[in-house]
Amino acid sequence: MFHKIADRFGIGIAIVALFIFLSISSPHFLDIANLLNILLQVAISTIIAVGMTFVILTSGIDLSVGPLTAFSSVIIGLTLHLDIGIGIPILSGVLVGGLLGLINGILIAKLKIPAFIATLGMMSVARGAALFITNGQTIHMFPTEFRFISAGNIMSIPIPVIYALIVVMIAIFILNYTKFGRYIYAIGGNKEAARLSGINVKFVETWAYIICGITCGIGAVILTGRLNAAQPIAGIGYELDAIAAVIIGGTSLNGGEGSIGGTLMGAILIGMLRNGLNLLNVSPFLQQIVIGAVIVSAVFFDQYRRSKKDSSAVKGLNRPAEAMGSTKSY
Amino acid sequence: MDHEVILRMQNINKAFPGVQALNDINFELRKGEVHCLLGENGAGKSTLIKIMSGAHQKDSGIVLLHGKEVDIKDAHISRDLGISTIYQEMSLIPGMSVAENIFLGEEIVKASFNIVDKEKMEKQAKEIFREMNIDINPKSLVKEMSTAQQQMIEIARSLVKKRQIIIMDEPTSSISDKDTHELFRIIRKLKSQGVAIIYISHRLQELSEIVDRITVMRDGQDIGTVNMKDVTIDQLIAMMVGRTLEKTDKPVRDHIGEVLLEVKNISWGNIVQNASFILRKGEILGFAGLVGAGRSELMRLLFGAEKMDAGRILLHGVQVEIHSPMQAIAHGIGYLSEDRKRDGLVLGMGIDQNITMANLPKVCNGFFLSRKKEELEAKNSVQALNVATNSIHKLVKFLSGGNQQKVIIGKWLLTDCQVLIFDEPTRGIDVGARAEIYKLMNGLVQLGKSIIMVSSDLPEIIRASNRVIIMNQGRIAGEFENDGTITQEGIMPLMLGGVGNVS
Repeated sequence: MFHKIADRFGIGIAIVALFIFLSISSPHFLDIANLLNILLQVAISTIIAVGMTFVILTSGIDLSVGPLTAFSSVIIGLTLHLDIGIGIPILSGVLVGGLLGLINGILIAKLKIPAFIATLGMMSVARGAALFITNGQTIHMFPTEFRFISAGNIMSIPIPVIYALIVVMIAIFILNYTKFGRYIYAIGGNKEAARLSGINVKFVETWAYIICGITCGIGAVILTGRLNAAQPIAGIGYELDAIAAVIIGGTSLNGGEGSIGGTLMGAILIGMLRNGLNLLNVSPFLQQIVIGAVIVSAVFFDQYRRSKKDSSAVKGLNRPAEAMGSTKSY
Repeated sequence: MDHEVILRMQNINKAFPGVQALNDINFELRKGEVHCLLGENGAGKSTLIKIMSGAHQKDSGIVLLHGKEVDIKDAHISRDLGISTIYQEMSLIPGMSVAENIFLGEEIVKASFNIVDKEKMEKQAKEIFREMNIDINPKSLVKEMSTAQQQMIEIARSLVKKRQIIIMDEPTSSISDKDTHELFRIIRKLKSQGVAIIYISHRLQELSEIVDRITVMRDGQDIGTVNMKDVTIDQLIAMMVGRTLEKTDKPVRDHIGEVLLEVKNISWGNIVQNASFILRKGEILGFAGLVGAGRSELMRLLFGAEKMDAGRILLHGVQVEIHSPMQAIAHGIGYLSEDRKRDGLVLGMGIDQNITMANLPKVCNGFFLSRKKEELEAKNSVQALNVATNSIHKLVKFLSGGNQQKVIIGKWLLTDCQVLIFDEPTRGIDVGARAEIYKLMNGLVQLGKSIIMVSSDLPEIIRASNRVIIMNQGRIAGEFENDGTITQEGIMPLMLGGVGNVS
């Protein structure tokens, strides 16, 4: 437990520092409206980053989250226009995300295609499919109930924020208090040891991608409601934000180590950064440069911290008191 | 032998956070001697050789090479000084050829344009292998080599350039007896050329064959340096552990029961051919053979980790289908793999989580994990198996080899399996922890469990098993009841492919 807290310490400091800096440098940062806006913007990326956390914990990667979100969004848009209520469209959006995740999972776990390639392919296929079935057109005009349920406010709190919190809590629960969650970590930590311990590696891995797809579906519901539009070109750059949130949040790209709490903080940090850059009137072109640099330096510091920790692990093996204990206790 | 001192280390101290790894160590290495560093895991041997090889820096003390003080700041300096280190953990690059690995960092280049001269490297590698009397094709890829061959390549690497000191960290831990003999021949030859060799091994039996002097370390201190011919193994053990080791119990036979497991005609390519054997309840069945004889592969087939081409497995006389480790575990079979770190543990997880990994449902309430139950089970295991740790949440990567092995045993005991396959259970484990593992195995068979033990350590096989099966080139070559008359000399010919008595 203790090392987990220590791991998150760095990003906590970064969030606080950025918060203080923006409070001072921008008169509007602390406005309630602005803070709520940040939360709203962070909601979608948090939800998708949660799915991405499952995948990365198994030492995989999902590059297709953007197009998956777009495709789900398009499906929601099309079904909403069928006038069959809003329940089925919402459900089908989420399920379609899960289905595409299932395809990713089968390609990777069963057919042993490297995750990078499988999801790179899916990235193109899902985007193409979204464009194809809409003929590249945006779908507009959705029922008010749908827009309220997906992106409205309750007592001035954006509903997407509530969804994000629910997703985060469910994910924390699954990862920490279920067999499935433990298996996710075990597979990421050492796939062969997990297999030889009788864990159904293919099943668990496949489900990690399904979960990631489902979170894209949920993200799509919110996005569609917020924009009141389903765009086949939506979600560009989502994989960047999601992967960045996961990695900045301290999850190891090698898998087996990390937490949803970290991912949440990572998403908040990126959201605050984007918001702050807007408030400070930084050119959107320059923003991309800043975000990219922040991601790379976060990973750099993470690697540095890990290498320090690992070298102390090696030293740990030399501790006479510890290693000798086994024989002294005769 | 002249007594010219090549390397002298005086009052070496090295501390890591919270621990004094080396405490005023004095060490002296003479020209042309084989000098063994002996001590249990954690005694400070690795730290000391890492200071020689430049991987660690000393805090204080003096290192003299030929009487001149040197400062070994990094691995390059160490190499330039003529010190070569063969580490226990292999450091070869799998996707490169044998020759390329041997010359890694010291490639031979053509005079013009600095182009790597592949042919010349391959030719020289071939010569080195001929000298070593080993049949390895320098053009093959390292990943196609067996563990033993890789170890020999690792050794060949240190022979490329003339060295004055070669450090070998457990060179025989993964190679067969035959290769060990070759290695000893090479060591003797190097010795005659005046090379000094620092030799680390846990196999005490083999020391007398090759070692001239021994420095015993314990708790980061040097206990003393003795001539090999002046001491007995028991005396050495006493120096190492600071106490006399109790003799291990002879394998008990009176609890052996009915036939539990029958393996019939298992084949897998040409690696395992038509292997059949039985295992009785309450028995320790030893599998002897050279590295590459197909023993581990047979066990992996039995455990469902590989898919057999042909063959049947019967439990209690009933045929069972085992196509995956999951099914094997469901049938009560557990497998402690040869390579603990690669196949047995999730190093970044705690002791508790590793112990419950193969039987999580046992610590669940329905769908949900119960941390409370998990902690309880882990605590029980840690206590029963005597794992040295201050917390059950400690990450297993911080444990010594012996304690890691105990954690894996704990994992399988939690599955209530009836058949336990121990593949090289004591490799790289110090003497004290070894004795504990033998004791544990004896305790398990007394509880009615059956154990299959694969080991390349013949004395271990003879000491610990009730019955011995010998494999050679994928086939079962012989079988002995261990009635106290088995000798290494009796088993050896079968391992090497000769004809022996099948009882």
